[in-house]
Amino acid sequence: MSDNTNHHIVPYRTYGLILLLLLVLTGTSVAVTQIELTRWATVVALLLASTKSAFVLAIFMHLKFDQNIYKIMATLIILLVAVVIVLTFLDYGFR
Amino acid sequence: MSSNNTNHTGYKSYLEEDGGRKGIFKWILSTDHKRIGLLYLYAMMGWFIVGVVLGLLMKLELIAPGKTIMGPQAYNATFTVHGVIMIFLIVIPGLPAVFGNFMLPIQIGAKDVAFPRLNLFSWYIYVLGGILVIISLFGNGPPDTGWTFYAPYSFKTGTNMLPAALGAFVLGFSSILTGLNFIVTIHRMRAPGMTWFKMPLFPWSLYGTAWIQLLATPVIGITLLMVAGERILGIGFFDPAKGGDPLLYQHLFWIYSHPAVYIMILPAMGAISEIIPTFSKKTIFGYKAIVISTLAIAFVGYFVWGHHMYTSGMSGAALWAFSLLTFIVAIPSAIKVFNWISTMHQGSISTEIPFLWAASFIFIFMIGGLTGLVLGSLAVDVHLHDTAFVVAHFHFIVFGGVGFAFFGAMHYWFPKIFGRMFDKSWAKTGWITFSIGFVTLYGPMFYLGIMGMPRRYFDYLDEFHGPNIISTMGALVMIAGFLIILINLIKSARHGEKTTEMNPWGGTNLEWQIPTPPPLENFDEIPVIDKATYKYD
Amino acid sequence: MSETIAHHNEHRDDEASKLGMWLFIFTELLLFGGLFVTYAVYRHGHPQAFHLAAEQLDVVVGTINTVILLISSMTIAMSTTAIQKKDKRTTLLLIAITLVLALVFLVNKYFEWSAKIGHGIWPGSPLLEELGRGDTLFFGLYFFMTGLHAFHIIVGMVLLTVVFVRVQKEKLTFDNFQLLENGGLYWHLVDLIWIFLFPLFYLIT
Ligand SMILES: [Cu+2]
Repeated sequence: MSDNTNHHIVPYRTYGLILLLLLVLTGTSVAVTQIELTRWATVVALLLASTKSAFVLAIFMHLKFDQNIYKIMATLIILLVAVVIVLTFLDYGFR
Repeated sequence: MSSNNTNHTGYKSYLEEDGGRKGIFKWILSTDHKRIGLLYLYAMMGWFIVGVVLGLLMKLELIAPGKTIMGPQAYNATFTVHGVIMIFLIVIPGLPAVFGNFMLPIQIGAKDVAFPRLNLFSWYIYVLGGILVIISLFGNGPPDTGWTFYAPYSFKTGTNMLPAALGAFVLGFSSILTGLNFIVTIHRMRAPGMTWFKMPLFPWSLYGTAWIQLLATPVIGITLLMVAGERILGIGFFDPAKGGDPLLYQHLFWIYSHPAVYIMILPAMGAISEIIPTFSKKTIFGYKAIVISTLAIAFVGYFVWGHHMYTSGMSGAALWAFSLLTFIVAIPSAIKVFNWISTMHQGSISTEIPFLWAASFIFIFMIGGLTGLVLGSLAVDVHLHDTAFVVAHFHFIVFGGVGFAFFGAMHYWFPKIFGRMFDKSWAKTGWITFSIGFVTLYGPMFYLGIMGMPRRYFDYLDEFHGPNIISTMGALVMIAGFLIILINLIKSARHGEKTTEMNPWGGTNLEWQIPTPPPLENFDEIPVIDKATYKYD
Repeated sequence: MSETIAHHNEHRDDEASKLGMWLFIFTELLLFGGLFVTYAVYRHGHPQAFHLAAEQLDVVVGTINTVILLISSMTIAMSTTAIQKKDKRTTLLLIAITLVLALVFLVNKYFEWSAKIGHGIWPGSPLLEELGRGDTLFFGLYFFMTGLHAFHIIVGMVLLTVVFVRVQKEKLTFDNFQLLENGGLYWHLVDLIWIFLFPLFYLIT
C-alpha cells in the first residue's frame, strides 16, 4: 500500500484555461441575470453554478485524475443532498 | 496465519506496554487503538450510571399519580438530561467507540487505525462535550426541552439549554472524526488478501455506520448552530413570529436523528453477527445478504426522517412518501433476523453468556422493530404519537437493541481484552435478572400508550396506576441485574481467572488468532488472508 | 515510548490522507447542505421578498469576490504542479498569492458587512423586523451563511500558512506534498461553496 509517488502532474496551462472558463461562466451568469428572465433566472444561475463547480471538482480538485472511488463517492453525496431537498419539498411543495 | 502456537511467551501485551508513562498518562496519552477503546468504555460507564439514576428517578416519580418525588420542572429537566446523556454520550459513540476502536484494526489485520492521533483527539473532544453537558446543569437550571431541543421552545426557555446544545454539537464532531478514521482504515488498511467480501461483518457494520456518522452528523451540527444563533442573536430562522418555520427545525433535526438510530443499531447488529456463528459453530448464513442489507439500511435510513413528524402538519404527499420509505427500511433489518436464525438452525449451539445476550437481543429487537412499524403507519401513529408507546418502542430498540448487543459484545470480547475470564454463573444471573426487569419495565408502557397515557408528564390519570407500578418494579429489577453485571465485570477484569488462551469461544476471525491479551501492535507480522470469514470445518 | 510514536509517524500513506481530506470535505458539504435546504425552503415561502432583498446586495462587490476566489483556487492548484516540478520558489509564491487573495476577500467582506450594518441591517435588528419576514429570513441567511463561509476562509488561511512554513522548511517536497494537496482541496471547497452562495444571494433578483 505504498503508492505514495503516484501523482499526475497537471500543466500550468490547464489550470489557466480552466480559470478562464470559470471567469467566462461567471460573467455569463452575471450578464444573464441582469436581463429579466423571471422564473428561469434561478434555474439558469444554478445550472451555471453547477457547471462551474463541476470544473473545480474535476480539474482543480483532481477528481478527473484520481481513482474512480472518489468520483463515485462525490457523485453519491451530491445525489444524497439532492434527494434530501426533494423529500423536504414533498412537504413544502404540497402544503 | 502467521502463527498457530497457543501460548506466546516473552511478548508484552498492550496492557503491560505503557510507553514509559506513569499512572493515568499511560491511558490519556496513548494512541493505541485498544487503550482508546477502553478510555471510551470507562467514560461511558460513568455516564451510563448517571443516566440510569436519572431514569430510575423518573420511574419513581411515576410510581403513583400526582407529585411523588418531583414536580413538573424537575421532571422535565430529568428526562431532558437523561436523554442527552443516554443519546449523545452513550449510544451514539456506543459500540463503535469501544469495540470498534478495539476490534476493527485487529479484525481487518491492521496494527492500528489510519490516524491514531486523530483517534485520541476524538476522545478528548468527547470528554469536552461531556463537560459542556455538565456545565448545562448549573446556572439557570438544567435544560427542559427534551433531548430533541425542539424550536421554538428551545430558544424561548430560560433554562441553560445552550451549553447542552453545544455539547451535542461537540460530541457530533467527535463522532464524525471517529467515522472518518474508520472509513479510511477500512479502505486502506485491510490485510493483504482481505477483499471487501472477505471482511468480517462487524467491520462491515462499522463501515456503514461510519458513513452515517460522516454524512448525517453535520446536519444536526448546523441545526444546533442555527438554534444558538436564534438564542444569541434572535435571527428568526425557527421563530414563527419572525417568519421562521419551527417545522423546518424538525425536518433538519430528524434528518440527523433518524439516521442516528442506525448509528446506534448497525454496530449492534454487527456484534450479533459475530457472536451467533461462533456459538452455533456454523458459517454465517447469507453473508452477502447481511452485508448488502447493512449498506441498504445505511442508505435508505437517511430518507425516512419524516416519520417523526406525522402529526406535525406535513403535507399529505410527504406523509405517504415517508411512511412508504419507513416500511421499506424495515426489510433489510428483517433480512438480518432471518439470517441469524438460519445460522443457528442445525448448528451445534453452546449457550454461553454471549450467546444468551445475542439470542435475547433478537427477541427484544424484533419487538422493537415491529412496534416501529406500528408507529410507521400513518393512521395508527395519530393515536400513538407522543404516548408511552413511543417510549417503549424507542427503549426496546435503543436500550434493548444496543444495550443487549453491548453486553453481549462485552462478554464475548472480555477475555481477549482483559486476559481474564468473567465469573460465568454471576454473569448468567445478571443476564436473567436484567432481561426480566427490562421486559417488565417497558412492556407495560406499550399498553399504557395504547390506552392513551402521554409521555413526558410527571403526572397521570388514576386509571394508569396499576401498569405504572409494574413498570417501576421492573426498573428496580433491571437495575439490580445491571449492578450484578457491572460488579461482576469490574471484579473479573481486576481479579478474574487469568487466561492466555487465544480462542476461548472457538471464533474464526483474526482477533482469535493473536495472543490474549493482544500485543501492542496486534500482529508480529501482518497476516495474509486466503479464505472467507466464518469458516468452520 | 518514542519507539511506538515514531512508528506511527513513519507509517506514511498519502492516499489515506487524501481520502481522509475528501471525507472531511463531504461532511462540510453536508454542513452547508443543511443551510441550502433552509435557504430553499424560505425562498420558496417568500419569493417576492427574497427577490427584492437580493437587489440590495452589491453585485459588483459580489462579482469581484467571486473572481478573487476563483483566481486563488487556480494559484493553489498550480502550487501542486510547482512542487512536483521541484520549484520551491514558485510553490511558495503561489501559496503566498493565495493567502493575499484570501485576505482581500475578507477585507471586501468586512466592508460589505459594515455597510449593511451601517444601514441598520443585522441579524435580529429592529429595521429588519419592520421590513418584514422575508427580509428577516433573507438577511438572517445572508449573514449566517457568508459568516460561516468567512470562518472557513480563515481556517483555510491558517491551514495554508502551516503549509507555507512546511514548504519553506522543506518538510514538504516534490515526493512528499500530500499536506499541500490537502490544503488545496480544502481551499477549493471554500471556493465551491462560494460558487453557490454568489448567485443565491447576489444574482437571483
Ligand atoms: Cu426514526
